[in-house]
Amino acid sequence: MQLFDPQSSSGLIPVLNLDESEVQRQMTICNACRYCEGFCAVFPAMTRRLEFTQADIHYLANLCHNCGACLHACQYAAPHEFDVNIPKAMAKVRLDTYAEYAWPQMMGKLYQRNGLTLALASGGGLALFLCLTLMLMGNLFTTIPGGNFYKIFPHNTLALMFGSVFGFAVLALTMGVRRFWRNVSPVAAPLPLKTSAVLEATANVAKLKYLDGGHGRGCNNADDQFTLWRRRFHHLTFYGFMLCFAATGVATLFHYLLKWSAPYPIFSLPVMLGIAGGIGLLIGPAGLLWLNLRRNPAHGDENQKPMDRGFIALLFLVSASGLALLALRETSTLGLMLAIHLGLVMAFFLTMPYSKFAHGIFRSAALLKHAIEKRQPNPINAGSD
Amino acid sequence: MIDVLIIGGGNAALCAALMAREAGASVMLLEASPKIWRGGNSQHTRNLRCMHDEPQDVLIDAYPEEEYWQDLLKVTGGLTDEKLARIAIRASSSCRDWMRSHGVHFQPPLSGALHVARTNAFFMGGGKALVNAYFRSAERLGVKVRYDTQVTDIELDEGKFVAAHVGEHEVDGQRFAAERIEARACVLAAGGFESNREWLREAWGQNERGEWPSDNFLIRGTRFNTGILLRRMLDLGADVIGDPTQAHMVAIDARAPLYDGGICTRIDCVSLGVVVNRDGERFYDEGEDFWPKRYAIWGRLVAGQPGQQAYSIIDQQAIGRFMPPVFPGTTASTLQDLARQLKLPQEKFVKTVEDYNSACRVGTFDHTALDDCHTQGLMPAKSHWARPLVKPPFYAYPLKPGVTFTYLGLATDETAAVHFNGEASPNLFVAGEMMAGNVLGKGYTAGIGMAIGTAFGRIAGVQAAASVGFGVSPANMEFRHATV
Repeated sequence: MQLFDPQSSSGLIPVLNLDESEVQRQMTICNACRYCEGFCAVFPAMTRRLEFTQADIHYLANLCHNCGACLHACQYAAPHEFDVNIPKAMAKVRLDTYAEYAWPQMMGKLYQRNGLTLALASGGGLALFLCLTLMLMGNLFTTIPGGNFYKIFPHNTLALMFGSVFGFAVLALTMGVRRFWRNVSPVAAPLPLKTSAVLEATANVAKLKYLDGGHGRGCNNADDQFTLWRRRFHHLTFYGFMLCFAATGVATLFHYLLKWSAPYPIFSLPVMLGIAGGIGLLIGPAGLLWLNLRRNPAHGDENQKPMDRGFIALLFLVSASGLALLALRETSTLGLMLAIHLGLVMAFFLTMPYSKFAHGIFRSAALLKHAIEKRQPNPINAGSD
Repeated sequence: MIDVLIIGGGNAALCAALMAREAGASVMLLEASPKIWRGGNSQHTRNLRCMHDEPQDVLIDAYPEEEYWQDLLKVTGGLTDEKLARIAIRASSSCRDWMRSHGVHFQPPLSGALHVARTNAFFMGGGKALVNAYFRSAERLGVKVRYDTQVTDIELDEGKFVAAHVGEHEVDGQRFAAERIEARACVLAAGGFESNREWLREAWGQNERGEWPSDNFLIRGTRFNTGILLRRMLDLGADVIGDPTQAHMVAIDARAPLYDGGICTRIDCVSLGVVVNRDGERFYDEGEDFWPKRYAIWGRLVAGQPGQQAYSIIDQQAIGRFMPPVFPGTTASTLQDLARQLKLPQEKFVKTVEDYNSACRVGTFDHTALDDCHTQGLMPAKSHWARPLVKPPFYAYPLKPGVTFTYLGLATDETAAVHFNGEASPNLFVAGEMMAGNVLGKGYTAGIGMAIGTAFGRIAGVQAAASVGFGVSPANMEFRHATV
């Protein structure tokens, strides 16, 4: 993938939609104020511009972490007639970008009713694997000694099914973020600069730097009080997910390199990773949902709550069903548990490029662009007198 | 009975409330505005001018007491009280740890404000973030906060505070009966009278053109500083200081909202071009000094022009060299067309610009230094950054006077006590805009309002608490803690 394409996808200046125009209007106010520069990357990035094109707006929208700090500090927030609400304006455009850069593009429509999308995918995944289990086993309740689920679904069948769906998800996300990158990043940069920028952006993603409020006390949730819990629960979710991913990766290595097939004992590396990740992926999403329910209604876009909560719920259920499968794998419910877990995982993989999952990819790209851009001289030389 | 009653909800009021509460007094704070508009003008502030003898976290180099004092002396033209000024200056060097302990965060200067990296500590997120932090801290410490509570009268007994009166009022359709709130001591920190149009009219009067200049003023800050309490104190015979026409006044975009336009309505391109009045004439040296050192005089300059109107005119060369304005400029490819759009006398305007253009002696243009580009034989001259306006498109930004806060206030001393006939009240104190005029007789320099408000807010809080037995008596170490 060519990340640093100097060619923008179109030479024409695109007409802004309503959400984009609103960001443009608000950014013009913010750029004349700049009190919020210390909170996050959005405002320093803003000060490098005098006008905000569609590409700038897409970039800034994805740079925004919806932390809420600028809203509570804003002297121009409603009921002021300027009605500035950056988290909300950015959230609306962000959703538009997920839909617009989705690949294939028609699939972007799935963002319109994303809670429904996830529910249908989950239902479909469950139905599929329950039926398959019934077809293969005749019933859902057969005890298999040692909990060897490959007796139900052979390894190669699962590898092919999930491998191909996951592969497609990765391809779709790559194509999407590539289009996004080409649109927002026409500027070329020398390699050493890019390297250090990549390191910084990676650290900012890994630490979730911009949920720290700029002062380390955290971001906002219910009110103007700062909290670090959004960051902590997101860490549990993210690293829980990564550990589960690592568990699968290690298991795959065991399978092919060591010729050691699942099921693995509790005190094996894949299972330990899976348990640790699974617990993170239970507590993290549960905490995020708890915070989401208490979130100040002025933050972000109310209409996106089904997308956010649907995604959080799906992550939680994937983890819960995985842990349940592990706990009950020696009992007669193995078949049922396996079908439920596989159905949910399948739904998660299928919707990856068309769910909230995409936020991580687009935000990482925006953070990388910011890390590159901030290493270059500011094109605007305003007000240093 | 409450020990200390604080009237007001901005920086000075909150500093007083926090200090009095920390001293052990029970404290109630009455804010006239609804919660959503709380904080008075403090919600629009962004920094604190700080004395320091060596680099301190976000502050570079040093800004010693003497330099700070000289800066203040210069902008006020000597209309200041040296003793009180030096108290505020010294307090600014040590108050930030206390501010941080109540949740205020500082950050290095904002882009476009590097010129004050040495002198001013910026609040992360600006003044509203500071106000939020103080309110959170106050409530955590048990200060009772009431919003929508406008004090309309003060009950005195021979210069001693007895009670505050809240008139009958309505909030969201709910009626509240008139109320009398007793307290053992009181701090007045309810702001100036800048949002009181009648009072401004009365103060500024009618000019030689028959205009009422203040009718064309915009208010950069809160709509709740109507001066009701200040007026009442003057009527009650409190000693007064300051000229009612003196205020922190800036030339701002004429399209700004009537209230609460705040920082973003400023126009920063004045020194890069020319400024003409409604008659198409220049009236002052636009390049006299760096804009941050001159912005505070342009409000009065524009107030003196016909219709209290002016236009900042630049050409393409200035674009990107000043803080972006919130409203778009009027643009034109010719001066004639610009004059037509602005409804300025075309011939006169073009001649003004052409005279200026031909008077420019361009050396090496540098908007970050007092450069050598100046006019010759032009009245009024332009001393720096004089470059002919020749590169279209031309841009114009309409200007009006924007009042930040008024300086008429209550005379006080180092204890922040309200005085009656030169006699200090034993339990009534004043802080913030209601007494800033003691230090600021005229003029302004960035971050001084918050320095005065913080210093005297804290002093007033300590003194009020001490006056009812919390902490030690005035003129002791406890008081020095707040001032030194």
